[in-house]
Amino acid sequence: MSKLNSLAISDNGFIFKPSTGESFTTNELGLFIIQFLKENKSGEEIINAIMQDFDVDNVTAGRDMYEFLDFLKKENMID
Amino acid sequence: MEKKKLTIAITGLNNIDSPGPGVPVIRGIKDSNLNARIIGLAYENLEPGIYMPGLVDKTYLMPFPSTGSEAFLERLEYIQEKEKIDIIIPNFDSELYLFIKYSTKLLEMGIHTFLPTMEQFEERHKDNLPEYAKKYGITVPESKAIMNSNELANLPKPLSYPYFIKGKYYEAFKVSNQSQAVYYFNKLSAKWGLPVVVQQAIHGTEVNVIALGDGEGNTVAAVPMRKQYITDKGKAWGGITLNDERLLEITHHIIKQTKWRGGMELEMIKTDDGEYHLIEINPRIPAWVYLAVGAGQNIPEMLCRLALGEKVDPVTKYEFGKMFIRYSWDLIGDIADFEKIIIFGEL
Repeated sequence: MSKLNSLAISDNGFIFKPSTGESFTTNELGLFIIQFLKENKSGEEIINAIMQDFDVDNVTAGRDMYEFLDFLKKENMID
Repeated sequence: MEKKKLTIAITGLNNIDSPGPGVPVIRGIKDSNLNARIIGLAYENLEPGIYMPGLVDKTYLMPFPSTGSEAFLERLEYIQEKEKIDIIIPNFDSELYLFIKYSTKLLEMGIHTFLPTMEQFEERHKDNLPEYAKKYGITVPESKAIMNSNELANLPKPLSYPYFIKGKYYEAFKVSNQSQAVYYFNKLSAKWGLPVVVQQAIHGTEVNVIALGDGEGNTVAAVPMRKQYITDKGKAWGGITLNDERLLEITHHIIKQTKWRGGMELEMIKTDDGEYHLIEINPRIPAWVYLAVGAGQNIPEMLCRLALGEKVDPVTKYEFGKMFIRYSWDLIGDIADFEKIIIFGEL
């Protein structure tokens, strides 16, 4: 099972990591990105989807996505 | 047909800020299919479990283990004559020696226990952890047992600050310099005796496992937990069950290698690199046992069944993400109850 799939994630943005007992919160955008990551979408596809759904430009969408990916990596939730 | 009513005696009713496991052990038994009458064995007259409504059917004061074996056996004989106890679950490290030493005598009296052997109990002592680790292939932090505070000035490398100073039975303090180390050495040696153990501090997250071994190398139950809220005494005031396969593997390995008999708690540090260092083995059920019950493994019930010689199938399933949160609660008691405990030593 991938690291991301081992997480328990609620629709409210609560993330529980069963291997360590840690919990985190994220927002609608975080949940959106996680969903796309689980579907193995590319970075470009995710950025395009963010631009469409959140009505932001390419730079903002890219920055938001990479910031969130950094957070997931830092917390060892993705490789 | 109604099940035979068992009489089960439990120690560790001190549900205080450094809680004993007695109260949650009783809760586990009451949640189980066992038909039990509960006898509380208390060492102090203000242990909360004595007074908690609906918890114990009767309580007896016990002499402190330091009083010696004669007083211990005499008191148990008196209680046994009145209560016909089937099982005793001792929950204090400091009383285990006596219960293990006299387990055959207790059995002759009709009292069953399910405890580690004296060898198992002795070899996992804090002061013996390096030898234990070597024997069973476990990773432990560098440590040294010391008998004199002068030794603190010449600790063997690689021991360095910060390290923990640990009492023989309970308590540990992290120290960063010589004067702190000497202060806590004196404090702990006065309270718990010698030796005092110096153990290298390992950077990481503390994770614990409660487990039950059947004495033949099988792990009958095991639930890992991470403390979420720790008191200034280092006790878990909140915790959550984990899905940590490596931690369970280590637990199974230790129980298989040692043929551990009885309840136990493994205290480990998980480093950021994912390595596990065993820092302590507690040879009894820990105070957070009710979390394991809530997560699906009723360890007190299984321990009772093992004590009676029943075959207990190992349980591996439990719910992860189950939490416990302790709380304090003021009981209103009557001076008459307190009087009975003081004057007669029973309630």
